[in-house]
Amino acid sequence: MDVLVIGAGIVGAACAQELAAAGLSVGILEKSEPAFGATAAGMGHILVLDDSEAQIRLTAYSRYLWHSLAPSDRTEFRTTGTLWVASNEQEMRAIEVRRDFYRTYGVDAEVVGRDQLYELEPALVPGLAGGMRIPSDAVLYPPTATTELLDRAFHSGAKYFRSEIKGVGPHAVELMNGETMEATHVVLATGADATKLLPSLRIRRRKGHLAITDRLPRPLIRHQLIETSYLQSAHGSDQASVAFNLQPRSTGQLLIGSSRQFESGREVELPIVERMLEQAVAYVPALRDCLVTRIWTGFRAATPDGLPLIGPYPNVPGLILATGHEGLGITTSLATAKLVRQHITGAKAEIDPAPYLPDRLFPAT
Amino acid sequence: MKQILINGKPQEIEEDASLLVVLLNNGLNAQRLSVSGANRWGICAMGICFECRVTVDGKVVRACQTSCRNGMEVWLDAR
Repeated sequence: MDVLVIGAGIVGAACAQELAAAGLSVGILEKSEPAFGATAAGMGHILVLDDSEAQIRLTAYSRYLWHSLAPSDRTEFRTTGTLWVASNEQEMRAIEVRRDFYRTYGVDAEVVGRDQLYELEPALVPGLAGGMRIPSDAVLYPPTATTELLDRAFHSGAKYFRSEIKGVGPHAVELMNGETMEATHVVLATGADATKLLPSLRIRRRKGHLAITDRLPRPLIRHQLIETSYLQSAHGSDQASVAFNLQPRSTGQLLIGSSRQFESGREVELPIVERMLEQAVAYVPALRDCLVTRIWTGFRAATPDGLPLIGPYPNVPGLILATGHEGLGITTSLATAKLVRQHITGAKAEIDPAPYLPDRLFPAT
Repeated sequence: MKQILINGKPQEIEEDASLLVVLLNNGLNAQRLSVSGANRWGICAMGICFECRVTVDGKVVRACQTSCRNGMEVWLDAR
């Protein structure tokens, strides 16, 4: 086998379809079901984020790849656009700087004033200052998007194995049943679980809560809405933080996020949910009358610098990492696959792979 | 006499009766439609499964967690 991809979340599925389409023989190893981990737990946004130059390059490239892929109806892909909401003049000034940054990287972004904000989204609470609209951002349903990528991989000849991994070695993986599978390349795409195989990886499990409403009789919002201070919440504080993020789903439901915390179990924590929902109602008061039908948690794979680990693992020949995507794995899965392909076949991706190489987080030896 | 409207039809009730029980007693075994249009019905009767959602006075609620009040207007989208 040319490549074994470990993990059938959206990142593993994207890598498998990219490598199989390149003509390589590909095996996918998954311990439970496809899209069972962070992929199923996440919001499913395809958005360009501007936290760093490396991040905006990766997310803009990946969003372009999603639009080029033209996902089918079952993925519930919708180009809703993102509306970043500014609550005061200070946030408005910050948003103008961000608009210029987006445009520097060729990403369409427009500042909207107070009046236009309420024309676009009448359900927003009165008294906000304005916002920034990113028209080409999208949302999708990650489990079916993963299925779609896997189907493409199978169409190109990829094989699926349901098996748990005990260890990874040079050009090989050891299965729980004692068998060894050999491959020229092994791609590790197991999200936050990557540390189970490689304890020295600097990845922390960053918990998030989400809530979803019943289908609403008529749409309340059209864009994905995010508060401007979302990026502060996304930064590496050890304190639990919540930030307003509201998504209209194609089913008529609303997906309500977001929370971030380290060192916590899988259980739903009502104090965090309460803060998250209060924040959502503060921005969209009509949410108070919507029925939340499900609340769940998931774990992001967080790295110290907020960028994923994509590329060769320094200590094991043939092993390539594709993990550490934090809250952006749905967006960045396709660009990750292009970068992994570059590491394996040499076919150039359209962005520089250097900022995402895992060896940046290993001390020089 | 106390009554509520179920899909526009008057129905006599005991005040504070469980709305889900009233619906079931009236043969309305399915309360709502799924995304794909299939009939769905309450399973747990204790507020956990969210399958008995109905619209009461314009607001979506769980029938099993709702007590009947005189004049209440209930709409079900199940067939």
